[in-house]
Amino acid sequence: MTELPTSTDKKLGLVIDLDTCVGCHACVISCKGWNTENYGAPLSDQDPYGANPSGTFLNRVHSYEVQPDQGAAQLIHFPKSCLHCEDAPCVTVCPTGASYKRVEDGIVLVNESDCIGCGLCAWACPYGAREMDLAEGVMKKCTLCVDRIYNENLPEVDRVPSCVRTCPAGARHFGDLGDPDSDVSQLVAERGGVDLMPEQGTKPVNKYLPPRPKDQLPEIDILAPFLEPVAQDPKGFLGWLDKTLEKL
Amino acid sequence: MHPAPSVIFFSVFSGLGFGLLFWLGLGLPAVTGWTAFAFFAIGYLLAVGGLVSSTFHLGHPERAIKAFSQWKSSWLSREGVCAVVALLLMALYAAGLVFFGQRWTLLGVLGALFSLGTVFTTSMIYAQLKTVPRWNMPLTPANFLSLSLAGGALLAGQVTWALVLILLAGVIQVLTWGLGDRRFGEAGTTLTTATQLGNIGTVRAFEPPHTGTNYLLREFVYEVGRKHSQKLRILSLLMMSVLPLVLLLLPFSHILALLAVLIHVAGVLAARWLFFAEAEHVVGLYYGKG
Repeated sequence: MTELPTSTDKKLGLVIDLDTCVGCHACVISCKGWNTENYGAPLSDQDPYGANPSGTFLNRVHSYEVQPDQGAAQLIHFPKSCLHCEDAPCVTVCPTGASYKRVEDGIVLVNESDCIGCGLCAWACPYGAREMDLAEGVMKKCTLCVDRIYNENLPEVDRVPSCVRTCPAGARHFGDLGDPDSDVSQLVAERGGVDLMPEQGTKPVNKYLPPRPKDQLPEIDILAPFLEPVAQDPKGFLGWLDKTLEKL
Repeated sequence: MHPAPSVIFFSVFSGLGFGLLFWLGLGLPAVTGWTAFAFFAIGYLLAVGGLVSSTFHLGHPERAIKAFSQWKSSWLSREGVCAVVALLLMALYAAGLVFFGQRWTLLGVLGALFSLGTVFTTSMIYAQLKTVPRWNMPLTPANFLSLSLAGGALLAGQVTWALVLILLAGVIQVLTWGLGDRRFGEAGTTLTTATQLGNIGTVRAFEPPHTGTNYLLREFVYEVGRKHSQKLRILSLLMMSVLPLVLLLLPFSHILALLAVLIHVAGVLAARWLFFAEAEHVVGLYYGKG
């Protein structure tokens, strides 16, 4: 089962817009909230209220500073979760068959009852998308909210991954990246979506939309003529008052 | 990478045990009866003890049996299969030598090949990982195999072979360190390829996703070991290769041979600790660490 399928019917995945992400971490919290109480083992925390808290997360938001040759540095928030790679190295290294890539939609999942918690899949992932749950001793990863997207008990608007549903900026998009006519594929084509670490040969399904170039306005100050100094030396009674008060 | 003691002990002692079984399988030394029993007991203790210690780092060791199923794609699974086949073949072969005074040559040779195969599959678990460029090179299996053969020869009392192989293992170890140091740069994975933000300018990790630590940082970003790595390399090379060579070249005595084994094993343990502690995982780049 840990052999990868030669092709999948769909390539479900996320498109993350680095231009739009405001770095609020709402996707992180909503992911943890949904996934700790639904599919599989809960996402445990260790020492959550103590001096050294840590815990299992399936989605994390980094922030990078990018300094252009000229001009001000840009701060770019960078959400990162499983990229559901076509050549997922995490799947083939699994000794038990617990890790697999689904033929029908390309989602990479872990069958937790087969996982021995050896951690090798997390070693094989260049993106840090897999985290061992310390309480449960099994590997956790993004399921693309497989228990939401096909869930007919939910209103249709909610049948997207929790992070996508939550994002207040609309920086996360979900769809079939294997279908060139899908909204997400169109978006990737239009905005020049990219793969992370392409040299690792993982062929990630998730795409990242690079930040758009910042506006470069010419240095014309159209308001300048209206900003002549308005302060004048007071005359008459006010002038007398000003001088008198200065002398006091 | 985090140098987990269970994995260090596993890879060193099972390597040593399978190395000894390899030589015994070839009939070097050609022992029978109780002497053979003693040799095989040492080989099995090391090999099986190593394998058992490797299960200590598992989250669910009770499911370990499932790890034999994915030999088609997984080196870890192949290692399990190879180890069991080697141990079964060698058990039959050893039974012939110990109880019947019979040497079943073919069985011994097959057992020897599978013993070596186990060490090779162990090394490939690490060598296959593109995410850890330092390990992702043919020298990794060469390093594991040469150490296993050298240590096995030492335990099997094959002094000539031990001399040659300990020297060879030392040379391969030095090459592994030297070339390994360049691998991360050669692999070409950088913060720029990781973020794809290089078109805008120079990328710097500004803020990690959380204030505390996490599983990824604990497991993959182990920086403590790099501080004294050069000193440790010299120490481990002295112990793994140079001192045992000197002891073997002195007039033979069992005490000196035992000392050579102990010093060699201590050196290999130090080198294996460095193997993990020095290895850089590309995920560290996302956290601004190389």
